Amino acid sequence: MNSFPWLKAWRRWLPWLVLVVAALVLPIVLPPFRLNLLGRFLSLGIVALGIDLIWGYTGLLSLGQGIFFALGGYALGMHLQLGSLAPGQLPEFFGLYGVKSLPGFWQPFTSPLFTFFAIWIVPALVAGLLGYLVFRNRIKGVYFSILTQAALLVFFNFFNGQQKLINGTNGLKTDTAKVFGDLVGSDLVQKELFWLTVVLVVAAWWLCRWLTKGRFGDVLVAIRDDEPRLRFTGYNTTSYKTLVFAVAGALAGISGALYTVQSGIVSPQFMAVPFSIEMVIWVAVGGRGTLIGAVLGAVLINFAKSLVSEQLPETWLFIQGGLFLLVVTALPDGLLGWWWRREVKP
Amino acid sequence: MNLFYDTLFNGLAIGSVLVLAALGLAVVFGLMGVINMAHGELMMLGAYTTFVVQNVFKAVLPESVFPIYILVAIPFAFLVSGLAGLLLEKTVVRRLYGRPLETLLATWGVSLILQQFVRSVSSAFAIGLLLAVAIGLFLPRLLVRVQLAPRWAGLKGTISWISAGLVGIGVASLLGEERSLDQPWFSARNLDVTAPSWLRGSIELGGVTMPTARLFIIALTILALWGVTWFLQKSVWGIRIRAVTQNRSMSDCLGIPTETVDALTFLIGSGLAGVAGVAVTLLGSVGPNLGGNYIVDCFMVVVLGGVGKLLGTVLAALGIGVISYVVGSGSLLLIWPAMPAGLNELITFFATTSMAKVLVFALIVLFLQVRPAGLFPPKGRMVEA
Repeated sequence: MNSFPWLKAWRRWLPWLVLVVAALVLPIVLPPFRLNLLGRFLSLGIVALGIDLIWGYTGLLSLGQGIFFALGGYALGMHLQLGSLAPGQLPEFFGLYGVKSLPGFWQPFTSPLFTFFAIWIVPALVAGLLGYLVFRNRIKGVYFSILTQAALLVFFNFFNGQQKLINGTNGLKTDTAKVFGDLVGSDLVQKELFWLTVVLVVAAWWLCRWLTKGRFGDVLVAIRDDEPRLRFTGYNTTSYKTLVFAVAGALAGISGALYTVQSGIVSPQFMAVPFSIEMVIWVAVGGRGTLIGAVLGAVLINFAKSLVSEQLPETWLFIQGGLFLLVVTALPDGLLGWWWRREVKP
Repeated sequence: MNLFYDTLFNGLAIGSVLVLAALGLAVVFGLMGVINMAHGELMMLGAYTTFVVQNVFKAVLPESVFPIYILVAIPFAFLVSGLAGLLLEKTVVRRLYGRPLETLLATWGVSLILQQFVRSVSSAFAIGLLLAVAIGLFLPRLLVRVQLAPRWAGLKGTISWISAGLVGIGVASLLGEERSLDQPWFSARNLDVTAPSWLRGSIELGGVTMPTARLFIIALTILALWGVTWFLQKSVWGIRIRAVTQNRSMSDCLGIPTETVDALTFLIGSGLAGVAGVAVTLLGSVGPNLGGNYIVDCFMVVVLGGVGKLLGTVLAALGIGVISYVVGSGSLLLIWPAMPAGLNELITFFATTSMAKVLVFALIVLFLQVRPAGLFPPKGRMVEA
């Protein structure tokens, strides 16, 4: 929040207050269905935090965060598919395609510990590799955006087409799996998952704030504002960008895993092209470079979306399109940037 | 050998659709550094225009002239998409000059609006929309004297647009009570354009069967390429466009009206998308999601081709088209049956349309490791491209 040193204290604290009150009061007030929705939207806030890190601070607009989001979701989904099986048994869908033995890459996911790490390390590695291949050639700006979008489409095609490996279009269901003897889909587990989400959102926010506060954050902002100058000063910008992209990938993976267990399914739709661009607009509406704005934007827009889709489904695309236009033309700093702006005396 | 030519022909046909679709995108990107995410939706507008032209021919004109409707549709599609593009440039893209990432997002917003527009447009809707646009354009002029607190002042335009939108929605829903005005023009269904009979047969040449629809598309692509090349190389405005592409501030200093050049280029690029839309109607049905199927491939063409030359776009599109078709259709195995076992399995793994895309993307990323700026990078010593 370095960029708004003049703001009055209450303006800074109001968004936090809203968030904390929401986290405490809503589980009591809301019916389970709405609470579950809120939990999902909060978990989307984590992927938004990652996008804020790479876009708001570093100036890299990734349109492919869905890849890492879905990878995290799939890692947990695979574990839950295997977890409730007797030894030697296969997840049910394999029978449909005549697969007799578990594909090799499924094996390690029987272990909860491996899965715990895979949820964030696999997306981070994929992001790091993709980022390294792109950044080391100084591909940036719009090129980077459309390459990430193409990568997204490629992953989508792959997951969508491989029935025998990961059940293709149908995705993996998680509702009927059991954790500690309770169904994942039950109200009790969902409530626990809500709290877990709140804790993880705060942890992710804290991580991002820690990263952006110090020298590392300064380098990120410098990359955004004038990368060649930074390079001439002797910084290896490639490694900084790769690292921050990997961190954003890891955050997306965690977010995807939380979202999966709260929505009951992980499917290639997580990697649909429009969904990943939507993620960007959550950050833009909340306010780029504000971190907390990203979470707020994710929750607000998704609630608006679910409300509008219930009432007037055909207008949602108009509203969303209008939001895109509004936020880049009239509100470049997003809601929070606008709220925090100092009143200039005329 | 026939099989080889057959495969090559089909690959080239797919590639030439890509050339046509990516041409406009590449010209605009080369000039303004702007990726127009609504390009696919401008193609969609072209396809819908073809549908409308077809229906007008069916309803009004004698049956004997029906076969030429597709030729008539081409200039109409160019105009409709071109004007839509011009409007987009004047209202949105121009404001975001020098902020390519924001332009990307804004044009994506426009593409969402266009998609929903063709789904739900009806007469009542259209009247409401026209009213809203008129109010939105003129209300700010009336509000000039209204003073707002500084934080709200920047949002004055937005507020007037929102109120204009509300008025438009109100009028549209009032008019919508009348049943005849409430019928959607196109609805969300996919529509079919009937190709005229001369585009439904095929020509046999040296044992290779060539559907005339694909030949038509190839011919259309060559014509469009020739037209664009001629325009850029010979006409006065083409020379101005190239000058601005090479060095914007220098051209500005020498008296070239860069704003007009931008608008003109956007019009031509969007118009070309419309022409591509006509071509696409011959390959499949017309629907609101038509644009999305082509757009990412077009982006890849632009990345691979580089912005230095049109030839880069053509080679990249043909290359992507041929490779995806050859791999995706599995013809590689038929052409070369005696393939070593390991390679054989690998090729079979990629032998579907969607898996071929996976392979092509991997190849593109590998290629960019060698030539980061595409096939024909712009020459120069600028640090910041």
